[in-house]
Amino acid sequence: MNLLSIQSIRTFYGPVQVHHDVTLEVRPRQIVSLLGGNASGKSTLMKTVLGIVKPRQGRVMFDGADITGRPTAAIIRRGIASVPESRRLFQGLTVRENLLLGAYSRQDTQAIAEDLDRILTLFPRLSQRLRQRAGVLSGGEQQMVAMGRALMSRPKLICMDEPTMGLSPLFVDQVLSLIQTINAEGVAVLMVEQNASLALRIAHHAYVLQSGRIVLQATGAAMAADPRIQDAYLGRTETAA
Amino acid sequence: MLSALTPWIDYTVNGLVIGNIYALLAVGLALIFGVADLINFAVGSVFSFGAYIGWVCAAYLKLPLPVTILVVILASALLGIVIERFGTRPLQGRSRIAALLVTIGIGLIIDQLLQIIFSPDPRALPSGLPDRRFTIAPGATIGTLDLLIAGVGSASGLALWLFLSRSRIGWAIRATAQDSEAARQVGIFTDRMNMLVFALASSLGGVGGLLIGMYYNNIDPSMSFNATLKGIVAAMVGGLGSLPGAIIGGLVLGLTESYGIGIFGASYRDLFAFVILLLVLVFRPQGMFQRAGRAPEPLTGTFIAWSRPLRLPRPVQAAILLVVLVLPLAGQPYVTQIGINALIYGLAAMSLTLVAGTVGQVSLGHAALLAIGGYASALFAANLGWPVALTIPLGGVVAAALGTVLIYPAFRMSGHYVSIASMAIAEIVALVILNWTGLTGGSMGLSGIPPLAIGPIDLSDARSTYYICLGLVIVMALLQARLLRSHLGRSLRAVRDDAIAAKSFGLSPSRYKMIAFLFGGFGAGLAGAISAHLFSYIDSNTFGLDLSILVLTIVILGGLGNIAGALLGAVLLVALPELFREVAQYRELVYGLALILLIRFRPQGLLGTA
Ligand SMILES: Nc1ncnc2c1ncn2[C@@H]1O[C@H](COP(=O)(O)OP(=O)(O)OP(=O)(O)O)[C@@H](O)[C@H]1O
Ligand SMILES: [Mg+2]
Repeated sequence: MNLLSIQSIRTFYGPVQVHHDVTLEVRPRQIVSLLGGNASGKSTLMKTVLGIVKPRQGRVMFDGADITGRPTAAIIRRGIASVPESRRLFQGLTVRENLLLGAYSRQDTQAIAEDLDRILTLFPRLSQRLRQRAGVLSGGEQQMVAMGRALMSRPKLICMDEPTMGLSPLFVDQVLSLIQTINAEGVAVLMVEQNASLALRIAHHAYVLQSGRIVLQATGAAMAADPRIQDAYLGRTETAA
Repeated sequence: MLSALTPWIDYTVNGLVIGNIYALLAVGLALIFGVADLINFAVGSVFSFGAYIGWVCAAYLKLPLPVTILVVILASALLGIVIERFGTRPLQGRSRIAALLVTIGIGLIIDQLLQIIFSPDPRALPSGLPDRRFTIAPGATIGTLDLLIAGVGSASGLALWLFLSRSRIGWAIRATAQDSEAARQVGIFTDRMNMLVFALASSLGGVGGLLIGMYYNNIDPSMSFNATLKGIVAAMVGGLGSLPGAIIGGLVLGLTESYGIGIFGASYRDLFAFVILLLVLVFRPQGMFQRAGRAPEPLTGTFIAWSRPLRLPRPVQAAILLVVLVLPLAGQPYVTQIGINALIYGLAAMSLTLVAGTVGQVSLGHAALLAIGGYASALFAANLGWPVALTIPLGGVVAAALGTVLIYPAFRMSGHYVSIASMAIAEIVALVILNWTGLTGGSMGLSGIPPLAIGPIDLSDARSTYYICLGLVIVMALLQARLLRSHLGRSLRAVRDDAIAAKSFGLSPSRYKMIAFLFGGFGAGLAGAISAHLFSYIDSNTFGLDLSILVLTIVILGGLGNIAGALLGAVLLVALPELFREVAQYRELVYGLALILLIRFRPQGLLGTA
């Protein structure tokens, strides 16, 4: 059974159509990567899953329920967490407040405190930063807070929009291995990535979006192994060079 | 030595007490601004509402003070929830000036309802506290009520701070204020946060109203207006959205007023508030206490989606013209009189529709231009004996020149900062008129203004007046239509739609705003001048904020920027209520409802925006 299934959706910004019958699936415990060039509609697809953009046609099913057009907060409470594009931390709040707000939909105070500890062992750097305002952290640290905030809701699925954007190579590797760690604990991941070779290192399955259409899908390994596919749809990448 | 200081201690105590009330209002405004990105102009009406609920509890039902305070808190919170749910929430995603105008409409409705229920007459609101005074310095005392107000003020501030910094819901409110889309993505129902914030802010405002009512032992529905203004000034001084800033802003404003009254006398009281506001707007729009660069987003963007203006078919136009021409010949004098009113408002509305519609400067101070034109023409005619036929156009010229100079500092502002600045400027104009007794007659007003005439020919009868107004309206309408069709008109609209792009094409937004204000100021000045000669008496209240709001409502009703729409709006909002006498009584209610419904359901107005 699928955890998330996006069924032939069409989305619009005013008169401009972004998606033309896009269908995509994420199985439980899977890392699915969504690839595609600039303005191909990747972020909009994430926003459709999260209920920020409502599709004009088609359905979004999550964990057996139809979540199409539901309010974002209600979708989050069903078990999806979001690491938004450019992180969007609450800059004026402390790191601790940011992390705890990730658990806003939960009531189990005791377990929340345990999860906070767990996340601090996952991101030890944040331990010393807990009382600082999130806005003063470095890009890499902010990315950790964003991922920690998402994990605090104990999601079944995390949607990440370009989690490695703007990070130094060292941090990029860390983020990728963290995604694998999170995934190993049973959380499915749907991630948007511009850099295909990076994404395909960890993705179980990948989709390529072009001008609002899915033009290709394959297992991560198959796609990574096929240089022609990379040239045709993804442009030249570091490894292809 | 000490006795010379005594009054200053009293001024300080008094300033801090009033400042506490201002701070309650300002904190509410800051909360709402933070979360909903909106300046809540209904704040003063909630304040009055709180005072009247307090009157019902304390004076009518004779409930003890703590119960009264509790009821006021709950009732005001409920009112805030209603305002959010039915007033501003439906406007999410629209330009914030739309929501601002809706809160003005809500304020009008609340005020009028209070008037209907409780009558416009003042009522006493005794606090019921034992009147004990404590000596704090030789000759200076502090009373129980002072202590109560200071206590409630500090306690609310402390409670709010604890709530926002310690509780999860408090964090959620702050998260919503900082980034509502991200807040939704951690599972926060931001609508509920909005509602909660409106409830909180309104209960602060309502309690403020109750306390001030007890302080002066006097309440009346017109206190709303002053409360709105003072709250906004205090919030702007502190930097919109900043809670500590709002508290400091409130106290600073209270002290300034109190010392100012001590030095200059009570009639200057409000002048300080507006001068401070204007200085802050011009020099430190981020507020006194916030660093530059963190200014709240200057809320750019035009008011509403521009639509295609509706064109009336030729035969309809001709028929309307015919009716308008023969109206005074066929109808009764009463109808002619209503026609004159509609024409004068039409003239004013045409000038505002150019400024607010075509150039996108939603002014809340248009009445000041009418006041300048009216006073100028009246003074030239009455004091210098110049012919009225000359002084009326001269009034227009003075209004255009002086009005443009006064609004000039606001040219680099946008969005609802323009609205607030224009309102402040208008209030300053009114206060100068009130206090410049030697020239304007001050609170006595100007009487004996010569009637309309050309040379020896008296034109003051209704029929002649009607045709003079009609002639002016037609001439100004044709001129304005021509202006809009010209290259200049296209530049004006370009400045409105995208000031930054216009700049990059080498158009100077300030220059075009100036042209619009000159032209609009002239038209408004004419309208004011004619009114002055028509009424033969004017004072500083003749052209007040209610007039500015009415004219703006007319303009929105007709369709922003639309000349025919401005005239149609004037007929509908000015003439129609007159024809139905029973309605005229509830005028404000009608205006408020019209404003709310239009912005919600037909923001392009009846005839479409142009
Ligand atoms: N809020 C919006 N309003 C109107 N159009 C939008 C909006 N957001 C995105 N678009 C347009 O929709 C298309 C898809 O945008 P989207 O952000 O989904 O692309 P993307 O694949 O995430 O691009 P990028 O790689 O730049 O992040 C683009 O043409 C974009 O200009
Ligand atoms: Mg994107």
